[in-house]
Amino acid sequence: MDKQPQLVRSKLPFTGRIVMFFIRHIQHAMGSMGELWRNPLSSLMTMAVLGVSLSLPAALQVLVKNAETITQSWNSAAEISLFIDEGRSERSIQSLITRIGAYPEVSAVNYINRDQALEEFQRLSGFGEAIAYLDDNPLPAVVTVTPDIKHASPNGARALLKKLELEPEVSFGRLDIEWLERLQAVVRLLERTVLAIALLLVLAVVLVIGNTIRLAIMNRRTEIEVMKLVGATESFIQRPFLYTGIWFGVIGGILAWIIINLLVWYLDGALADLLGLYGSTLTMQSLTLTELGQLVLLASFLGWLGSYLSVRQHLRAIEPT
Amino acid sequence: MMGGINNWVTMIRFEQVSKIYPGGQKALTDVSFHLKRGEMAFLTGHSGAGKSTLLKLISVIERANGGRVAINGHDIAKVRPKDVPYLRRDIGMIFQNHHLLMDRSVFDNIALPLVIEGFALHEIKKRVLAALDMVGLYGKERHYPIMLSGGEQQRVGIARAIVNKPPLLLADEPTGNLDPKLSMDILRLFETFNDSGTTVLIATHDLGLIARMKYRTLTLKQGRVIGGDELAPSQVFHG
Repeated sequence: MDKQPQLVRSKLPFTGRIVMFFIRHIQHAMGSMGELWRNPLSSLMTMAVLGVSLSLPAALQVLVKNAETITQSWNSAAEISLFIDEGRSERSIQSLITRIGAYPEVSAVNYINRDQALEEFQRLSGFGEAIAYLDDNPLPAVVTVTPDIKHASPNGARALLKKLELEPEVSFGRLDIEWLERLQAVVRLLERTVLAIALLLVLAVVLVIGNTIRLAIMNRRTEIEVMKLVGATESFIQRPFLYTGIWFGVIGGILAWIIINLLVWYLDGALADLLGLYGSTLTMQSLTLTELGQLVLLASFLGWLGSYLSVRQHLRAIEPT
Repeated sequence: MMGGINNWVTMIRFEQVSKIYPGGQKALTDVSFHLKRGEMAFLTGHSGAGKSTLLKLISVIERANGGRVAINGHDIAKVRPKDVPYLRRDIGMIFQNHHLLMDRSVFDNIALPLVIEGFALHEIKKRVLAALDMVGLYGKERHYPIMLSGGEQQRVGIARAIVNKPPLLLADEPTGNLDPKLSMDILRLFETFNDSGTTVLIATHDLGLIARMKYRTLTLKQGRVIGGDELAPSQVFHG
């Protein structure tokens, strides 16, 4: 039997094929855009749905971002109290303070001697009268240490505390970080919730685009049949649909960005009033241009994915009869 | 030389081909024939005799259950589904119901095979206008199919089938809805393509039309080739 000859895939020269590859991609991209433009109402509806779906995870992202900046400013509130052994001389305490001050992890050291401690206790505890009956001052001297930003996290501060407790003058140390740990746990929970909701909404975006593309394929059934009859490859037929999906994603992403900015602008006034009451000048952060880019990129990828899944499933099913 | 299923002298070769549709309907049984390069032939038979099935096997819309089909030197059984489009580019197909895209202009309809093959726009223009001229519709490129008569629509379909100069032309009842004069015009058109070297196979039940022309005829009856089988490999006639 004769050898099976190769099927001619293209009658064009190699360079012509490369050039036409790009020209066709541009044509299909523009063509899909034009197609959306010609059916503005139905495509706008889809884009609005995508914009709203995408704006929710983006809004949650903004929320997490702002929560993080706020908790970061609270993190530095972590403070370590070191209780000094009784009977240490004032001189050895001063040398301890100098040594701690030289730690790279420490940003500030404050010394409260026994008399000051007693005074403070009398003032704040309400036991002032009772303490006057004591023969002796029962309170130890206290050195308070503020870690620098890098070591202000619960773990960092705890490590620093361990290190400080090794100093011979220190009887024991205390780190009041329970509230900080709780706060961070809440933030972690918030982040997870955001991630879960974002994943669900991303899935919704893929499904919405997939369904829109499915309808577009059904609408153009005869055209697809004719194209297959005159020798169009699968990739040629599916390309306009993929570009349509990408455009849906791009425009949906931009819409989501606009919605977020409006939302931040709307909330910022109220937030400024609230923070003003606490004497803070924090303003709400919106999405940066980089984040807009990431959002649009993600959205266009989702658009591509949605239409690819749809095209894979439905284009194959259409065969000329 | 003639023994090979895919030698280059033969354009279409069927060897004991049978086709049974899902559900058990026997469309073709043990059909053998071949068509040489540059030949023109008719395929006749009553409706339901298997003409359309035979054409579908050639254009790989359907695949045979038994036997061998070779088109333009390619054994169809060895052509993978993803390569079918490239095979179809060598086959110009003309349908009774035209299969035109009603929302595209005549120009865009005819340009479709060229666009798919990736020709540049100036080349597409040149070839589409030449094809339109050949079928006698020059100047109607901006019209939409709906604005044309049945005969003109059929000729748009023919222009689309020949615009990329395929070596093989298949026509399924191309004169089905046309009056005798228009039918004759269309057949003359096929003759001119054949004169320039294109292999042509026309399925029709219009026996009167065939009788007036001296071409080889393959007659199908209930899925089998019947008497006067001038296309059998043993008896090859020329034009």
